Amino acid sequence: MTQTAVRFQDVRVERAGVPVLEEISFTVAAGEFVGLVGPNGAGKTTLLKALLGLVPVAAGRIEVFGRPPGASDGIGYVPQRHAIPPAFPASVADVVALSRREGLARLAGRGARQAVARSLARVGIAHLADRPVGRLSGGEQRRVMLAQALCADARLLVLDEPTIGLDLPAEHDFYALLRSLQTELGLTVIAVSHDLVALAGQCDSLICINRRMHVHGRPAEVIHSHAIQEAYSCEFDFLAGEIARHEGAPQAPGSRPAEP
Amino acid sequence: MLEYAFMQRALAAALIVGLVSGALGFFVVLRRLAFIGVGISHSAIGGVALGLVLGIHPLASGAAFALAVALGIAFASRRAGLDEDAVIGVFFSASMGLAVVLFSLERGYRPDLFGYLFGNVLAISAGELWVLAASAAAILALLAATFREHLFIAFDEELARAYGSPVERMNALLLVLVAAAVVVGMRLVGVLLIEALLVIPAAVAALWAANFRAQLVLSVALAVGSGALGLAAAWALDVAAGGAIVLVAASCFFATLSLRRPQP
Repeated sequence: MTQTAVRFQDVRVERAGVPVLEEISFTVAAGEFVGLVGPNGAGKTTLLKALLGLVPVAAGRIEVFGRPPGASDGIGYVPQRHAIPPAFPASVADVVALSRREGLARLAGRGARQAVARSLARVGIAHLADRPVGRLSGGEQRRVMLAQALCADARLLVLDEPTIGLDLPAEHDFYALLRSLQTELGLTVIAVSHDLVALAGQCDSLICINRRMHVHGRPAEVIHSHAIQEAYSCEFDFLAGEIARHEGAPQAPGSRPAEP
Repeated sequence: MLEYAFMQRALAAALIVGLVSGALGFFVVLRRLAFIGVGISHSAIGGVALGLVLGIHPLASGAAFALAVALGIAFASRRAGLDEDAVIGVFFSASMGLAVVLFSLERGYRPDLFGYLFGNVLAISAGELWVLAASAAAILALLAATFREHLFIAFDEELARAYGSPVERMNALLLVLVAAAVVVGMRLVGVLLIEALLVIPAAVAALWAANFRAQLVLSVALAVGSGALGLAAAWALDVAAGGAIVLVAASCFFATLSLRRPQP
């Protein structure tokens, strides 16, 4: 029987009393590569943060490998990030080692050093181990964050816009690497992207949200479904709302865009 | 000068304070906590004033006050959802206000007050030196035990939290360690100048070294070196030791600025 890696059951997340996510239900099987898409402001990052235990859940239930968020080991996180501060005083190997739950003395030990070297080799940046992390390119830094996640002995990888800012070949290379890691290590992957087409070409299943659950299924079915049109037309309505606001037709704070 | 026991004790104190301020200063600079350091150290003046008025040892009341202010800043900024800068400003000025009111109640000149404000390392007793050494050992042990967490939080607070770091507890601990370092440095350079030793050596180290290991070593070396050189300069020139130590550290900073090419 396939093990369930992640389960969302009627989850609701609020910010200052206003729902930013509601009625979110889905399951992710262990070893599955799931793409999470939705228009800007759909709550994709919030959903990932709820999964990681970084934001509280107002209602419903989240389980990660059968445990509440934040209580499970083996989760690697690659956050949405534009750049590591150039002057951050650590090498690539130092930053990768940070995700290991060991004290300073053990981090210098052989076990940790081997884990770091293995992780760097897996993402193809072993030659950068001693370089200052802040001086790498955006694509290299993204691989550092991936190596850091692998170094935590992750079974589940959670990636928030991992290819943002990368050019097309670099984006393709990153997804190819992710796919090979998933296959080789049997990882479960949940990746958020604003780029529906790029992600649909890589994942096993696609989840589309816009504040609430719209559709979850195989990529080919999802991208042609009425539900995804519905979710993305909200973005159009949202933008129209913005324009209306500029023209003097105020929108109630926290109001949801109209359903088509 | 080292034939005198009081100078031996002063040098030992300078080395101890240099070790603590150099190591802790690395995180003060990396995490941009310089203003918090100023807030906590100046707040200790309120505690010193309270001690002098109530007849409690000013070092003990200053320590308790600095610790309470450090925890108060951590708690109030989280509770009120305000930027730490604003909360520090409130605590800082309230403590100074308290100190001014308490000092105004005192009649006559208090020479010991200036010792706590600007340091009086030559008057340090053997007993105080032992307390200083024990406190420094505790600060350094705590810092070493939690070093990875603090480095991770400095890299990315949210990422550290996602990997299970107790971020709030670590942030509070760092403020407590800064408060403890203020107290440790009180006899050497005084509460008004201890911030200099927490910031200047680490800032100079950050300008020269690219890796945290080298920065730590350099920061500690500069803090210890400034302490020893400043003490020697104070002896030779017959000036206040606290000020001389800070000026030696500051001259390292300005020398670095003039030697290094502008960064792109």
